[in-house]
Amino acid sequence: MNSLAVKAYDLRQDVLDIIVSGGGGHIGGDMSSMEIMLTLYSRMNVSPDRADDPNRDRFVLSKGHCVETLYAVLADKGFLDIEEVKARFSRFGSEYIGHPHNTLPGIEMNSGSLGHGLSVCVGMALAGKMDRKRYRVYTLMGDGELAEGSVWEGAMAAGHYRLDNLCAVVDRNHLQISGTTEQVMSPGDLHARFAAFDWHVIDVADGHDIDRLNAAFDEAERTRGQPTVIIANTVKGKGSALMENKAGWHHHLPDAAECEIIRKDLKERKEALMRE
Amino acid sequence: MNKVPNRAVMCEVLKEAAAAGDRDVVVLCSDSRGSASLSSFADAYPEQFVEVGIAEQNLVGIAAGLASCGKKAFAVSPASFISTRSYEQCKVDCAYSGTNVKLIGISGGVSYGALGMSHHSAQDIAAMSAIPGMRVYLPSDRHQTRKLFEALLRDTQTAYVRLGRNPVEDVYEEGRVPFVMDRATVLGEGSDVLLVACGEMVKPIQEAAGLLNDRGISTGALDMYCVKPLDKEGLLKAAAGKKLIVTAEEHAPFGGLGSMVAQVIAAHDPRRVINLALPDAPVITGTSREVFAFYGLTGEGIAETVRKALS
Repeated sequence: MNSLAVKAYDLRQDVLDIIVSGGGGHIGGDMSSMEIMLTLYSRMNVSPDRADDPNRDRFVLSKGHCVETLYAVLADKGFLDIEEVKARFSRFGSEYIGHPHNTLPGIEMNSGSLGHGLSVCVGMALAGKMDRKRYRVYTLMGDGELAEGSVWEGAMAAGHYRLDNLCAVVDRNHLQISGTTEQVMSPGDLHARFAAFDWHVIDVADGHDIDRLNAAFDEAERTRGQPTVIIANTVKGKGSALMENKAGWHHHLPDAAECEIIRKDLKERKEALMRE
Repeated sequence: MNKVPNRAVMCEVLKEAAAAGDRDVVVLCSDSRGSASLSSFADAYPEQFVEVGIAEQNLVGIAAGLASCGKKAFAVSPASFISTRSYEQCKVDCAYSGTNVKLIGISGGVSYGALGMSHHSAQDIAAMSAIPGMRVYLPSDRHQTRKLFEALLRDTQTAYVRLGRNPVEDVYEEGRVPFVMDRATVLGEGSDVLLVACGEMVKPIQEAAGLLNDRGISTGALDMYCVKPLDKEGLLKAAAGKKLIVTAEEHAPFGGLGSMVAQVIAAHDPRRVINLALPDAPVITGTSREVFAFYGLTGEGIAETVRKALS
């Protein structure tokens, strides 16, 4: 079993700690995007000892509300101290707020309002082309976020400029705060929609499968003359049946009893993975 | 009469920087290179020019991404669109994220005249000034525009600049342009009245000061091109001892230069302030000249306001 797959469950425990400590967070999307961010950071050319390296890969968390997972992953990479994040998240005067903030090491851009990340990444990718640098640029968007018109402005520009150093990932968990994406605002055939904007499109049937995600990122790196989007099919609230595929868990704060169930489920899933 | 619009001066300064070998200067337009007088930049430095099409949100987001990778990004689009359509990108991707994006609003104020309220930017000063970390500049003539852009090329913080569409009469003489970044320029001293303006209203207050001084009302004038950070010290110094302060701006009556001047005067040295501005209503159809005349935003109109207020 891929050790990252096991680590994903340890980091889910961290995410739960962060949310409970801070009294709120976006647990559903945190859990659905865990393997995506963890896999990405295992590949990206980033490190805390050269955080300002001009040749570093860039990542922008466009669905900024899933910052708790980003904190857990950045801490795992050595950018942040996880105990400090847990102790200070959302506290008075804290820099560990509910959306990414680039005064913290390892965070490139501030986000929070949806539909910004792709355009910013187009600019980063264009800068890389202008300077003939080899870094790659990544963004993670939510499927609900795709209703923002600005996403498609960025998608159009990325296709137009053939930005093959740019890779977007869609956390396709099919749920948003008010219900399913199909009920709220159907994203339709996402594969066809991105393809129509001149993107190379990769569908990952299980966006929690580290090997499949790695294969998709490999394919994105090999792709020339087009940006790549990875549509990662995920489960909102992944890790515990209590919260999986339930829109209400978009930002539900689990009480003590719910926490106990979630922690037990996460532990069991981890142990099951270790037995494989 | 000067025939060089301020936007053309912007292009010259940016071309000079690129010609001097600054490869980090990047200009972005939203199908607006012609209106911005930037076609010659795009032709001369295609690798330092990014066309984003008619997509102002994308324009500002891409500019922020470029800036985060070390570029000096100049995002240029009509003031009405860049200051409102892409307001959130200006707030989050530029000011909040701390990227070196210069947001250039061309054809500002009522430059587009008869095209109507959709194309007028009478809210941009208020909107942009309300963003923490955003600076707001409205240069008054071509000479000051050059100085301002030369200064903006040297600094690393975001800023919004509003430029008009048409050539405006010179306020300063070539070779004699007093300019200190973020300090208002004193156009003339006077003991009774102080006139304060920014952008295209500076020439009218200069003329009004001349008319009033000729008629025995000692009037000073201040070019507050740096609306934010407002030169508080310069304002209070110029306002000291005056009977009346009059502001003039090509902007809605709320949240612009007049509001900011009144706020400073009320807090530190209370005295009478009159704010002259566009109305809180769609602006009457006409050229800039006709619109300014209709609302009393001319040298004669401003002088008349002062005379009435003092009588």
